[in-house]
Amino acid sequence: MSDFPVLSIITFLPLVGALFIVTVQGEEAVVARNARHVALLTTVFTFLLSLKLWVDFDPAQQGFQFVEKADWLPQYAISYHLGVDGISVLFVLLSTFLSMICVLASWEAIRKRVKEYMIAFLVLETMMVGMFCALDFVLFYVFFEGVLIPMFLIIGVWGGPRRVYAAFKFFLYTLAGSVLMLLALLAMYFQAGTTDIPTLMAFKFAPGLQTWLWLAMFASFAVKVPMWPVHTWLPDAHVEAPTAGSVILAGVLLKMGAYGFLRFSLPMLPLASADFQPLIFLLSVIAVIYTSLVALAQEDMKKLIAYSSVAHMGFVTAGIFAVNQQAVEGALFQMLSHGLVSGALFLCVGVVYDRLHTREITRYGGLATNMPRYALVFMLFMMASVGLPGTSGFVGEFLIMLGVFRDSTLVAMLIAVGVILGACYMLYLYRRVLFGKLEKEDLKGLLDLSPREIAVFAPLVALVLWMGIIPSSFLDFMHVSVADLIANYDAALAQR
Amino acid sequence: MLAVGAVFLPLIGALIAGFRGRTLGDHKSQMVTCGFMAASTVASWLLFFLTVPGGEASSVSLFTWVSSGELSFEWALRVDPLSTVMLMTVTTISLLVHVYSIGYMHHDPGVPRFMAYLSLFTFFMLMLVTSDNLVQMFFGWEGVGLASYLLIGYWYERPSANAAAIKAFVVNRVGDFGFTLGIFGVFMVFGTVNLDAIFAAAPGMADATVSFLGIEWHAMTLCCLLLFVGAMGKSAQLGLHTWLPDAMEGPTPVSALIHAATMVTAGVFMVARLSPLFVLSDTAMAVVTLVGAATAFFAATIGCTQHDIKRVIAYSTCSQLGYMFFALGVGAFGTGIFHLMTHAFFKALLFLGAGSVIHAMSDEQDMRRMGGLWKLIPVTYVLMWIGSLALMGVPPFAGFYSKDMILEVAFASHSFTGSIAFLLGLAAAGMTAFYSTRLLMLTFHGKPRANERVMAHVHESPRVMIWPLVGLAAGAVFAGMLGYDAFVGEDRLAFWGTALAQHADDVTAHAHHVPGWVKTLPLIVTAAGVALGWLFYIARTDLPARVCERFPETYRFVFNKWYFDELYDRIFIQPAFRIGRGLWKKGDGAVIDGLGPDGVATVTRGLARVFSRGQTGYLYHYAFVMIIGLAGIVTWFLLTSAR
Repeated sequence: MSDFPVLSIITFLPLVGALFIVTVQGEEAVVARNARHVALLTTVFTFLLSLKLWVDFDPAQQGFQFVEKADWLPQYAISYHLGVDGISVLFVLLSTFLSMICVLASWEAIRKRVKEYMIAFLVLETMMVGMFCALDFVLFYVFFEGVLIPMFLIIGVWGGPRRVYAAFKFFLYTLAGSVLMLLALLAMYFQAGTTDIPTLMAFKFAPGLQTWLWLAMFASFAVKVPMWPVHTWLPDAHVEAPTAGSVILAGVLLKMGAYGFLRFSLPMLPLASADFQPLIFLLSVIAVIYTSLVALAQEDMKKLIAYSSVAHMGFVTAGIFAVNQQAVEGALFQMLSHGLVSGALFLCVGVVYDRLHTREITRYGGLATNMPRYALVFMLFMMASVGLPGTSGFVGEFLIMLGVFRDSTLVAMLIAVGVILGACYMLYLYRRVLFGKLEKEDLKGLLDLSPREIAVFAPLVALVLWMGIIPSSFLDFMHVSVADLIANYDAALAQR
Repeated sequence: MLAVGAVFLPLIGALIAGFRGRTLGDHKSQMVTCGFMAASTVASWLLFFLTVPGGEASSVSLFTWVSSGELSFEWALRVDPLSTVMLMTVTTISLLVHVYSIGYMHHDPGVPRFMAYLSLFTFFMLMLVTSDNLVQMFFGWEGVGLASYLLIGYWYERPSANAAAIKAFVVNRVGDFGFTLGIFGVFMVFGTVNLDAIFAAAPGMADATVSFLGIEWHAMTLCCLLLFVGAMGKSAQLGLHTWLPDAMEGPTPVSALIHAATMVTAGVFMVARLSPLFVLSDTAMAVVTLVGAATAFFAATIGCTQHDIKRVIAYSTCSQLGYMFFALGVGAFGTGIFHLMTHAFFKALLFLGAGSVIHAMSDEQDMRRMGGLWKLIPVTYVLMWIGSLALMGVPPFAGFYSKDMILEVAFASHSFTGSIAFLLGLAAAGMTAFYSTRLLMLTFHGKPRANERVMAHVHESPRVMIWPLVGLAAGAVFAGMLGYDAFVGEDRLAFWGTALAQHADDVTAHAHHVPGWVKTLPLIVTAAGVALGWLFYIARTDLPARVCERFPETYRFVFNKWYFDELYDRIFIQPAFRIGRGLWKKGDGAVIDGLGPDGVATVTRGLARVFSRGQTGYLYHYAFVMIIGLAGIVTWFLLTSAR
């Protein structure tokens, strides 16, 4: 037990910042400026606090750290319970890091209702961080669903022309999943008498019940990942969302489903997870190959990257359900890496969108001539996306495929096809946007990255390379927790 | 320290030229990259002489790269005779190409970028050849792929250059697909990806089996075949060769360095490096032999028909790589590497010489519009002859020592695949002589076929371009003589030490005792090829056209490169785009959205319309419904309670 409630502070500090912005009054320009500054300050401070979390975290220790526990609804054995382990701690960092980047990226792109936008973003940050820290199912559920509200608003208010359709689709899919997860939550509560996550992890649910619980949770998590065939909300949501919304959507929200699998499905329902492994493998393989092919045919930059996200998350789900050290660590690493890389790719699209207000690929061409810095940055993230060794993308993909190969050579081979296709659609995109002759008149005046944009990209570039060259500094955090997860899973299967 | 310096100095040069190039200017960028490259070359040569003969493998470990469960590997530089031979070859050629580029890229607006790419490439190549584990090899492997992609597409405003760059990357990815699966296979069998541990355990695994796709395989055969797919991609072997000729879209120094001397030989290096695994699988060795022999023959046929001077040399490279592979395949690893080294010199010479011609001809590459140049650019002419003679294997040039040795080991292996390789190799040798002569005759002799303006402008290249050529020419003349004893002759066992595995059947030893006709036949075939070339393109210039008319189908088949590109376009590329579009519009659009959210929305709207019709607002409608409902409930209640 820590005396200093660091997790609560990281979780709720953005909310405090949001409340502070609420009180800002006055002329519109002044309000906007103040809102931006307060938001940036809050996110930077939150990020610094989470860095402290990272430094203080002991990778060798089993179980949860920085635990906080207080009674919430004691008559129902529901408590306010926070803590992080090697699986979640890095996601807290990812969330606070990307929130900071997003505020900076929205600096000039968002011009209307800046105050409300920043409030929505800070609330979103609280929800995301809270979700990764929550150690009580009810608390988790609140944060997990709570994330949707600010995201829904960000797409619906600051989004593109078809934002209503996108928001509706997003809502419809996630709603179906949420209802089923709520049922699973109730069923677990009535079985185990508690919603405390560590207790539920140790509780052995009956095999028959596990199947139903697993399916109910699967419905919710699969939508969030998103897995094929419930992925079609993602391209629309991304296309309509403002740039920073896309960054958070791809960077953090897509990780919630996979995190759910790791936090709930595998440890609490190991038998069902083993039974449904072929289903997950099948859907993952379809996701990888199907969406890669679809990405090849896209004409909208954001849609293309959105489809590539589905393919990359297909790697992650396959890795999680291969349940061995390399595959699960690879999946975690790939989630972190994808969070940074796809976020950065959406920022890259945002750069030209801010200048020309179109995402149509054919409207571009030859930008490398007048935007060499942009070309370099885009090239780096493209290479990270296709998994070039030396970038973060490689480590995750490699570990996943190696781990899956140990479990099923066929699945590993099929998802390796996705690596080839990934190179096809990304290089084809890059060629159409950056290469070729600079012929279109309106492109000739485009300016290269501004200092603010460089400030946004620089930390991402550094992290992607760091994770690619010295991945140990991140993998080391995962070893113990992942090993425990796998040991418990294997033990449960052995008892069957 | 020497190894670290040799490998990382080019990277420093690349970073300085890449990031500070615009402030430094062209000249300083060239000086910086060439300077770091020269230092790296010196370090490599020192390392070479410190290591050979027979130095034990040592490795400089930098820090842990990945560790996860039982999987763990480091960033480390391995120094042994094989890696130092490669270091020396790569840095030397790279330095010469760097210097040559100063002259060749003189008018280009992107000099710092070009120099940075060249140095970056060299860094990745050096990481590849000094790798201590399979994954770091893969890092270098993909890194050179990236550099190759960037350099092929260097003139990014040309659509053809972009297409060629993407093609190179993607086709290599197909090879890498095999490479990665091979790494996983090795990890499954050995539980490690570190070379030392693998080599130590390899003999014990000679009979191990492993299950792959539900079939039980001989473990070494499976791993080696998968890894070899990677080698085929990078070294442009039959089936995965299509990217190499197109790669000539890049500037000529790039073709010389990457697509002739160094990167494309990475596959050969890989097989030699993993020779302790390959010797354990006769099947894999047979496949390597056959693929190599088939490529040597097939690429040579195409080389005889192409008009673009660089494409002829590109197909020649493809063919020569085939030679190296079948040398490896029959178990003569040292011979394969020997040819790799000599080939690096004379092929880089040929490419840079061709670049010098192209430079002189105001960027003309079609040999049909050349001719009669020899008096105008005599130095280039002589150098091209040296390169061609070395390529043809005429004594005492470098190619003679290595290529004849390859044919001899193939013969001496006395295996079925070895004999096929010998015959195909012999045929390819004849064609090599033919297309080399054809190239020389079309380019330098006969009547000038270019227009007057171009001819008036023809000039010898500046000294900064000629001197590197002279350096390469020295290699093309002497490398064979100097290297023969150490690489494949009497001193070979002492020279290589434990760096290369020893095949059970020491074909290199037998090769020194083959019958006399095996040694003379290649020379006769080569002479015949030269004579035919002279006959076709000097004495009877009407003959080529008549031969083409006589065998139109064969000619068209060969001229169109055996229709590989068309075939792949038809069965892979077009379907991929079509399927992608179909899945998007029909799969995602019609089926998933149609049945999912859009369908649900439509149904909901429909139901709502039905229900809203009931809400008429008339009180008597509601009263009527209430009474019917009440009657129904009462009836149900009576019926159930009566039972």
